[in-house]
Amino acid sequence: MEKQRLKTGSLSRRDFLKVSGITLTVPLVVGPRVLKVAGAEVKVFGPGKVPMTFTINGKTYRAELEPRVTLLDALRNEFDLTGAKRVCDRGTCGACTVLLDGKPVYACSVLAIEAQGKAITTVEGLMQDGKLHPIQQAFIENDALQCGFCTPGFVVACKALLDRIPNPTPEDLVVGLGGNLCRCGTYVGIRAAIAQAARMQRGG
Amino acid sequence: MAERNAMEMAEYKWPEPERRRLIGKRISRVDGPEKVTGRAKYTYDVNRPGMLAGKVLRCPHAHARIVRLDTSAAEKMPGVKAVLPLKKVGDEILWAGDEVVAVAAVDEPTAEDAIRAIVVEYEKLPHFVLDTDPKAAGERVRPTAEQVEGDPDAAFREAEVVVEGLYGASLITHCCLEAHGAVVEWEGENNVLVHVSTQAVSGIAGQMAGPLGVPAGNIRVKQDHIGGGFGSKFGPDSWGIAAAQLSKMAGGRPVKIMLERDAELMVAGARPSYYGRVRVGAKRDGTVIAWESETWGTGGIPPTSPLPLPYVLRIPNQRKRHVAIVTNSGPARAWRAPLHPQACLLTMAALDDLAAALRMDPLDLLLKNIELAGERADVYREELQIAAELMEWKKRWHPRGDPSPGPVKRGLGVSIHTWPGRGHACRCDLTIHPDGSVEVKLGSQDLGTGTRTAIAIVVADTLGIPLEAVRVRIGDNQYPPAGGSGGSTTIGGVSSAARRAALDALDQLFARIAPLLNASPDQLEAWEGRIRVKEDPSRSIAWEQACARLDGMPLTVRGENPGPGELTTAGAAGVQMADVSVDIETGIVRINKMVAVQDCGLIINMKTAESQCYGAMIMGISYALYEEKIMDPATGRMLNPNMEFYKLAGLADIGELVVHMMTGEKYDRRGVIGLGEPPVISPGAAISNAVANAIGVRVPFLPLTPERVLEALAKKGGSHARV
Repeated sequence: MEKQRLKTGSLSRRDFLKVSGITLTVPLVVGPRVLKVAGAEVKVFGPGKVPMTFTINGKTYRAELEPRVTLLDALRNEFDLTGAKRVCDRGTCGACTVLLDGKPVYACSVLAIEAQGKAITTVEGLMQDGKLHPIQQAFIENDALQCGFCTPGFVVACKALLDRIPNPTPEDLVVGLGGNLCRCGTYVGIRAAIAQAARMQRGG
Repeated sequence: MAERNAMEMAEYKWPEPERRRLIGKRISRVDGPEKVTGRAKYTYDVNRPGMLAGKVLRCPHAHARIVRLDTSAAEKMPGVKAVLPLKKVGDEILWAGDEVVAVAAVDEPTAEDAIRAIVVEYEKLPHFVLDTDPKAAGERVRPTAEQVEGDPDAAFREAEVVVEGLYGASLITHCCLEAHGAVVEWEGENNVLVHVSTQAVSGIAGQMAGPLGVPAGNIRVKQDHIGGGFGSKFGPDSWGIAAAQLSKMAGGRPVKIMLERDAELMVAGARPSYYGRVRVGAKRDGTVIAWESETWGTGGIPPTSPLPLPYVLRIPNQRKRHVAIVTNSGPARAWRAPLHPQACLLTMAALDDLAAALRMDPLDLLLKNIELAGERADVYREELQIAAELMEWKKRWHPRGDPSPGPVKRGLGVSIHTWPGRGHACRCDLTIHPDGSVEVKLGSQDLGTGTRTAIAIVVADTLGIPLEAVRVRIGDNQYPPAGGSGGSTTIGGVSSAARRAALDALDQLFARIAPLLNASPDQLEAWEGRIRVKEDPSRSIAWEQACARLDGMPLTVRGENPGPGELTTAGAAGVQMADVSVDIETGIVRINKMVAVQDCGLIINMKTAESQCYGAMIMGISYALYEEKIMDPATGRMLNPNMEFYKLAGLADIGELVVHMMTGEKYDRRGVIGLGEPPVISPGAAISNAVANAIGVRVPFLPLTPERVLEALAKKGGSHARV
């Protein structure tokens, strides 16, 4: 219920009262305040929840979030886009990899507020017309997954790599996928999958 | 008819090779599409209406007593819905990270704020976390009784060569990518719904019933997917119980507690450390006759048990002593192939050092003594031969110490291992619907090993229908109970129960269809989507038409394991070889290539079987070279409870991996044997031996970090491996 309402971005009067009731001591901030810092104007958001708008997989999502909320938590907790996983929560393992304007980032290390105005692509957005992306197909065929918890992050990282380098060398793989870790040990399948996906994308 | 059934009932066996369209082939996993699209829902992904975020306050001290506990400020905070002390004043805490208070709040930041508002004062008590030297452990040693076989003293006197060495494997953790945790909610006074990350869906309710004071039958347990377990996820854990209690306090609202990464690494899993001094005595021709070992290690507070030594090879004369060291390092849990990787390292490294002392090829030494492996000796012989060819061992092996110039030295190592792996107790319900679709239900779980797919393969092949026609439903304790997924027992259990259910269902369907085809039921077979007369395949009926004869009533049959017919047995055998490069200036070890040759009886799915071996080798590379739960003697805390400094092998670290699965009549006839554990046992030993072969000295302890490699080089290995 709540989620849907937030997505549409409209607040009911009752909820408005509820929110302002909680934050009596804090001004209910809708737009940012502006501070002068060393002569420059700096926008200040929060404390408290701030309305935010995101473009995720080509669709618009809205939510009211505290500025400290990460993009990963916004995706998972507000929009139920749980493909990106929270594992290390510290920018090490890559299980939360998403694309920001086509560039792979760790969603655990990006603030949601800073992802506004950018094209966010998650693993859920890779299928087209109900068909698996060639990388996804190649992951299945080469058994590049076991428990599957790191898999969405790897799939997205592979897409970013192939978008940049359509015909990657083994060294390119080491760099392009070096930021993702798997515990079950699926790297052999992943190497084979990315080779197959590269061939398929070249039309081979 | 009754006679035929009695006869047919005895025919519980696996199909002959020519009757296998799916079994043993390379089949893609049925849940692959869910997993690659992010649609697969893990416990961590469960979002329930009104769900609260649960957090746990953990003790920062390795050994302490609680002297003050004040939760009042947290209780008064807006958004905090429940505060539950898990310890009380006076309680003793035995490891850093132990649970003290749990809270539930409207969101995670609020729950974290509440945790910070709780006041706990501790009286610090002396702690101890060192495990490498029992002499330094004072009162904290727990010796077990000496075990003796044969006459070790006489055998060592008789031995022409005796080597002595020090070996060991450090404390490591499971580091499941999906942390431990649960989402629990009360439905009314007496019913509890539990989503939990677990290796034992059917076993959880029984463990929660007592603490929650509700009958186990009122506890519903669900799990679609699990993000890794490796032996660490068999119970609801204290935080799972706490989530349930917080939910009750909060009027039944769902409470989600998933461990933070630091807690996951500190308290939710560890493989005990084992170290040992080993003496081996042999004849000059390499015949091993005597074994003596003194081992020690820690698994936290409960004493570690002795290792199965000597490993695989039953050396006739042996003496073994073990001393457990009780430490405040945190709780240990079963870690993929409990005790075996450590026992394997201690044995295979000692034999490798013996071979070096004898100036023998260690492969020849193993072959010379392989009869000590007992009834599997012939399998090991065959596997060693195949592995040697895949590694080009005879061409590339050199005596210990790579003589080539330059700082990068190359070497080869070999190891063998075993694991029982008989199928566990399991029940499943197989339903054939009148529309021809088939459902199989069981309270099992798929750890990523491909359990769903294996069940579908067995059922589809038995019924002669396509894989897509079978829907496997697992991960719910309302389905027939299946054993926990531990000890490589799942594949044998679920495949045997599914095979029996499908054979019985087919029997019942044949009885209905036989009159239509003017045949007796025993003359029928199911093949490629039809039921047909064996002797005259032109007399047949399509599967869907046959099922339509069920008069609108689905046909449900229960399959069980154990049961009639030997569909699963125990005793997998495997061989691994490693080829490494070691930079003697930096101490860095690189894997060039590894070979795994593995037997696991009848293989259900070749694709996922190979994946088990690849994955196990990679996990093995990881614990051989990188992983260690580093305990700080000063504070008693784990120094690296994160994934930056608790290192897992990455894609760049694995070299070329080769897997060869043993197949053929000789293996098929043994039935299905589990595969999860066996291939993770040998990598530590094979890699350690390869490093010794490269640099000419033994690096005693895993992981083989640059620091340890350089230290061993500095000592020239002079402390052991002498004749």
